[in-house]
Amino acid sequence: MKVFVCLKQVPDTETKIKILPDHSGIDTAGIKWVMNPYDEFAVEEAIKFKEKNPTAQVWAITAGPKARAVEVLRTALAMGADEAIVINAENMDAITTAEALAKVIQAEGGAHLVLAGKMAIDNNQSSVPQMVAEFLNIPHTSVVSKFEATPESFTVERDADGGTKEVVQLMSPALVAANKGLNLPRYASLPGIMKAKKKVIKEIEFSTLGIAATEQKVKYAGFELPAEKPAVKLLTGDATAQAAALVQALRNEAKVI
Amino acid sequence: MSKILVFTEFQNGKIKRSSQELLQFAATTGNTVAALVLGSTDGAQAAHHGATEVLFSADAGFNSYNPELFTVATAEAIQKSGATVVLASSSSTGKDLFPRVAAKIKAGVVSDGIEIKITGDDVKVKKPFYSGKCFATATFENTNVKIVLMRPNQLPVAAADVSKSATVTELTFTKPSLKTIIKDIVKGTSEKLDLTEANIIVSGGRGLKEAGNFKMLNDLADVLGATVGATRAVVDAGWVGHSMQVGQTGKTVAPSLYIAVGVSGAIQHLAGMSGSKVIVAINSDPNAPIFQKATYGIVGDAFEIVPALTAEFKKVLAH
Repeated sequence: MKVFVCLKQVPDTETKIKILPDHSGIDTAGIKWVMNPYDEFAVEEAIKFKEKNPTAQVWAITAGPKARAVEVLRTALAMGADEAIVINAENMDAITTAEALAKVIQAEGGAHLVLAGKMAIDNNQSSVPQMVAEFLNIPHTSVVSKFEATPESFTVERDADGGTKEVVQLMSPALVAANKGLNLPRYASLPGIMKAKKKVIKEIEFSTLGIAATEQKVKYAGFELPAEKPAVKLLTGDATAQAAALVQALRNEAKVI
Repeated sequence: MSKILVFTEFQNGKIKRSSQELLQFAATTGNTVAALVLGSTDGAQAAHHGATEVLFSADAGFNSYNPELFTVATAEAIQKSGATVVLASSSSTGKDLFPRVAAKIKAGVVSDGIEIKITGDDVKVKKPFYSGKCFATATFENTNVKIVLMRPNQLPVAAADVSKSATVTELTFTKPSLKTIIKDIVKGTSEKLDLTEANIIVSGGRGLKEAGNFKMLNDLADVLGATVGATRAVVDAGWVGHSMQVGQTGKTVAPSLYIAVGVSGAIQHLAGMSGSKVIVAINSDPNAPIFQKATYGIVGDAFEIVPALTAEFKKVLAH
């Protein structure tokens, strides 16, 4: 019984983003790459599932430039994943990434459960998990903060807009995309880190998966930083005077009230 | 002329503001506007915002969001309508549904759009990356259908024109055998708009000192009709739920007015809210990074200023 966890390597949240001179993308020099924060919850849930179901095997999988992308797999292995696969690829859009992940999962015999983070914090698309589910023809729930498994199905809680919770039952196999709050991801243990370093990671070239260049649907260009904000207008006086000045400014100057 | 299909969402029997924005915007492009309405509601309202065609299904299955059922119906609606552009809100439903629809019909999808330009069939969408640390423009290729999910509050809305009407057609589709069962829906206790749709947000950080002090923000928010948000630090401390978190690992927001109280302005928080039109920072530390993003700043004690502000707004808004 295989559990696949789909991972993405992203710049650390503290990264100050710089744009390339030709605006074709961001300058990746000096960036500290980490596991996408939402993916940590997915890895943790996969390991918890394995602890309750000893026949389960956790497979970590990622698509990206393999030289650095393997690091995210080593992190997952150190946390307790059993096997890892990297699909060596660059500049793929969401749909080709999802198709590649689904093809490899299928080639490895399919999954009982696929876990992922609800969103990658780099391009904020929230697309790949649902697309993988569609390519695998399995049900999915995203933005999940509670997860329970029985042999035939999974019962999950989805956080919808406005604090609404949806309780959803998914017949297995299924894909579940994690939200913050699902669990508390463990730190890798020292023996785990040592073991992860030695583990052979399976490498697959994207070009061998039979996904044509014309499958790519979305292109991004014209990367730019936000416009500089004018200097802040500080309001002075005691609390009552400051409050009055602010209300006046919001009403008469900014006209947002 | 091409056709734009707008996925139209309802709340309490009315078209959500975010969907009104999209219908009205689509009508300005010179293309035919069709509205897709799934669920038992008065879909004909879409005509008042510019749709000339309404495709609806009142199937009971649409009363709650089931990704499998919605995917099949939406994919068939797109194909039957002949639409080449599909617009939807980057709402919890939109963001969940359309990537799956895109994979099904092999179409391109871009979410979180903040600016959109449609010329005939040509679509350009500006969207934030890294929650707003930078922006890029998306274009489509190799796809017959272009799907764009726009963030709420990015496009203007005019009053409904109730004199307009549309051709209403019932959508027929092949119902799949479902492997997804919606067992229960527990409504949020808040009557307020979700952070991502709110026009005014009052947000609190560690400067509030303890969870109970969020009451002060709730009071201010009530006067303004605002939604309350929070920083990662206070969510991690368990003061408030994660659904209230603004920032790179929470919600990215762009209201007209964002009032940050006791928020220092960590880079990941700024990423999630710097798209706000007007930012007010209230903080005791004059060197807090939040002041670099703020339109108006008050250096001082939040425990004095917020109640004074609530009282002042009450006075002014009563007139």
